[in-house]
Amino acid sequence: MAKIATFAVMIVFWLVLSGMFDAFHTSLGLFCALLVAQFGHNLLFFSGNPRTWTVVFFGMVLYLPSLFWEILLANLQVAYIACHPRMLELIDPQVIRFRTKLRTRVSRVALGQSITLTPGTITVDIRDDEFTVYALTRSAARGCPGAMEERIGKIVERPLR
Amino acid sequence: MIDLVSTVLIAAGILFFAFGVVGLLRFPDFYTRLHAAGKSDSLGSVLIVTGFALYSLKTLSAPAVLVAIKIFFIALFIFIASPTATHAITQTAMSVGVKPWEKGEKRR
Repeated sequence: MAKIATFAVMIVFWLVLSGMFDAFHTSLGLFCALLVAQFGHNLLFFSGNPRTWTVVFFGMVLYLPSLFWEILLANLQVAYIACHPRMLELIDPQVIRFRTKLRTRVSRVALGQSITLTPGTITVDIRDDEFTVYALTRSAARGCPGAMEERIGKIVERPLR
Repeated sequence: MIDLVSTVLIAAGILFFAFGVVGLLRFPDFYTRLHAAGKSDSLGSVLIVTGFALYSLKTLSAPAVLVAIKIFFIALFIFIASPTATHAITQTAMSVGVKPWEKGEKRR
């Protein structure tokens, strides 16, 4: 099942990237997609359960708009700090640690990437349920993990239980 | 009309990159510079890429749509790769003991 799904994703990706639909190029694509599906099927679909993939995939699609909004706000804030004449007084870098309520690996990685994508905070390390985050300002440190953790939990994790 | 929208998007993207450069030059140490360098790109590049995709969609033909989809793949991969790289660099710096700047120190 994972092999078929990997093959489908790979062949669609090949067709979009190549843009040429004649026999030669399509057969090359079929061959490559077969090879990747044979040797790499447990990389893309690491869990054996098809329901998990669909929930995670659509969860991520639903999650993207709110992530983009967070990125916009946070980018404006960092741009403001960078251009502020007394920048050194505004920033107060610190390392914080917190424990997450998220259980699955996928949602923890998603939270870590979201924290890094929103400027002002970088995920340094994830050990089990403990996140180490480096924050640029005191307020960024206080706002972490914030609403993103709740959202990921609601969209990706709850349907999986 | 599409020309105007894509120009505005690309200009906004360049503006965010410029803020990133300002931050890169002004922030006091390695970690704070990573904030500016690694991440103003996330919004800037997506804006620029959206501008490109809109511009290519001006003629609604199959190749133009394919090009637009490819351009959005670039944005998607930047979204995955950029935080991963930032995270890897930060974690390595922490583990070899680069000390973070603290309030009141001189900039390095």
